[in-house]
Amino acid sequence: MANLAPSVLRQASRLASKSAISTAPRRGVQALSRAATAPAPARGACKRCYVTQSKSDNAQVQVDTAIRLDRAELEKAGAVLETQNGSTTHVSPMADVLKQAVKMDEGQRPIYLDMQATTPLDPRVLDAMLPYYTGVFGNPHSRTHAYGWESEHAVEQAREHIAKLIGADPKEIIFTSGATESNNMSIKGVARFFGRSGKKKHIITSQTEHKCVLDSCRHLQDEGFEVTYLPVNNLGLIDLDELKAAIRPETALVSIMAVNNEIGVIQPMAEIGKICRENKVFFHTDAAQAVGKIPLDVNALNIDLMSISSHKIYGPKGIGACYVRRRPRVRLEPLISGGGQERGLRSGTLAPALVVGFGEACRIAAEEIEYDSKRIKYLSDRLLNGLLAMEHTNQNGDPKHFYPGCVNVSFAYVEGESLLMALKDIALSSGSACTSASLEPSYVLRALGNSDENAHSSIRFGIGRFTTEAEIDYVLKAVTERVGFLRELSPLWELVQEGIDLNTIEWTQH
Amino acid sequence: MSAVQAAARPESAQKVLSLYRQLLRQGNQFSAYNFREYAKRRTRDAFRENKGVRTAEGAGAGAEGLKDLQMLKGKDEPGHGETMRQKDTGV
Repeated sequence: MANLAPSVLRQASRLASKSAISTAPRRGVQALSRAATAPAPARGACKRCYVTQSKSDNAQVQVDTAIRLDRAELEKAGAVLETQNGSTTHVSPMADVLKQAVKMDEGQRPIYLDMQATTPLDPRVLDAMLPYYTGVFGNPHSRTHAYGWESEHAVEQAREHIAKLIGADPKEIIFTSGATESNNMSIKGVARFFGRSGKKKHIITSQTEHKCVLDSCRHLQDEGFEVTYLPVNNLGLIDLDELKAAIRPETALVSIMAVNNEIGVIQPMAEIGKICRENKVFFHTDAAQAVGKIPLDVNALNIDLMSISSHKIYGPKGIGACYVRRRPRVRLEPLISGGGQERGLRSGTLAPALVVGFGEACRIAAEEIEYDSKRIKYLSDRLLNGLLAMEHTNQNGDPKHFYPGCVNVSFAYVEGESLLMALKDIALSSGSACTSASLEPSYVLRALGNSDENAHSSIRFGIGRFTTEAEIDYVLKAVTERVGFLRELSPLWELVQEGIDLNTIEWTQH
Repeated sequence: MSAVQAAARPESAQKVLSLYRQLLRQGNQFSAYNFREYAKRRTRDAFRENKGVRTAEGAGAGAEGLKDLQMLKGKDEPGHGETMRQKDTGV
């Protein structure tokens, strides 16, 4: 907006912010949030209160932004609904009433652009799951009656779908509660099994791994293992020579994630797999963000252990899988002992409905991977080009090796958290969901060598199967305007506009 | 074989169009905006992609479409009887 706004306006807002430094930002945010929920009263309120010329102008810009794109959509939907009423009578007379109620609510919920945190359940997946919540309730491990057999059959079929997606054998898939458990199981399991003899007590991982990998490694450090945390370059990729140098005779495991959850960078899996195989070290990869989104083949990439999550690929939450290679066999100590289900690696009764949903999600992902990635690439390019066209923005991570569904952009001179607050009508995150409660800057961005300010001003946009073009356009418009608005409030931005290098300023504390 | 197909074509073209229309109509009934848009877009793109298909392989795509339609309508597969439900996940 900075280039759109006339310099007069900037001057005026500068005056305003100087005269009332403490109140101006708060008033700005209030006007923002009010504009986002109810455009009409915001305008009325601004006329009444004694703001300067620039303030009311700013507020008006916000009102324009906040007019929901969905309004036309809603009216159209309402019109369509009336004509459709006859066709759904076979469900129940209440269904139409409920549907209409839902339709009227629509437009109140934010646009969902946080697909790295979780994805919505695909209706096709739900359809596959439903029978296993009602009619088919048998324990899949019961071998003595038909209830058990039908559940077992469904579970085995799901296992096949998952195995097919990653090019594995169905017997190599172990169901767990999610990728976190898979990561824990792989890292602790392998380390403990091979550490028992006392010879292999070294693990290699990278600094940008997910928290559950890093935490598992720290836990092992307490148990007397040695861990090497490989640094990454400023694009987020690890150095293969450093990996080679880090491997020792006593190294048991290398754990490098496939697609980073915050910056979307894809590590060179094939090369890492080759190095590990040459050195006879097991290679574990956390592929929660990668499976079903980029093509993966465990045999071509020499992966020995892989963590998969269901709810990142439009499946149900609460289920995941761990791929454990059988030839050459990877041996690990189970975390959970009990009835010996899942090759004795993860005891406990499986949840057939969740497993079936997971399997169906994988089947759909395998079928749609081409269509989806083309579509996501298109939307991602649109978003990224629009965002990078603004001044003082840059993309985090390697622009060549990244998954297009994860776009991480830094907006200089804007506080990420305040931008998230300003973008109330868009569901976004500045980093992983696990750390979204804390105000600490993302450790992943710090590992790339970004400054604190840069890490603080980054936003992650996640695009998925159900994201529409209209949503992307709205997000682009909203982000552009509100970043401009927040920058207008910022004294730093003023200095930058005057051509002063911020690094030359000596800040005094008072 | 081809003669049979030629004879069957006008009818099957009609069938395909009817399937297309039904899929669009059913997809339009999702109350969640994102699912609705996806269903419409996916149907359109899939039919456009297979526009040129004239041979027996079209039957496979057709069968898939029928399966999707069954799912959208919320009809159950035979075998797992009395499960009544309304197709709506994302409120």
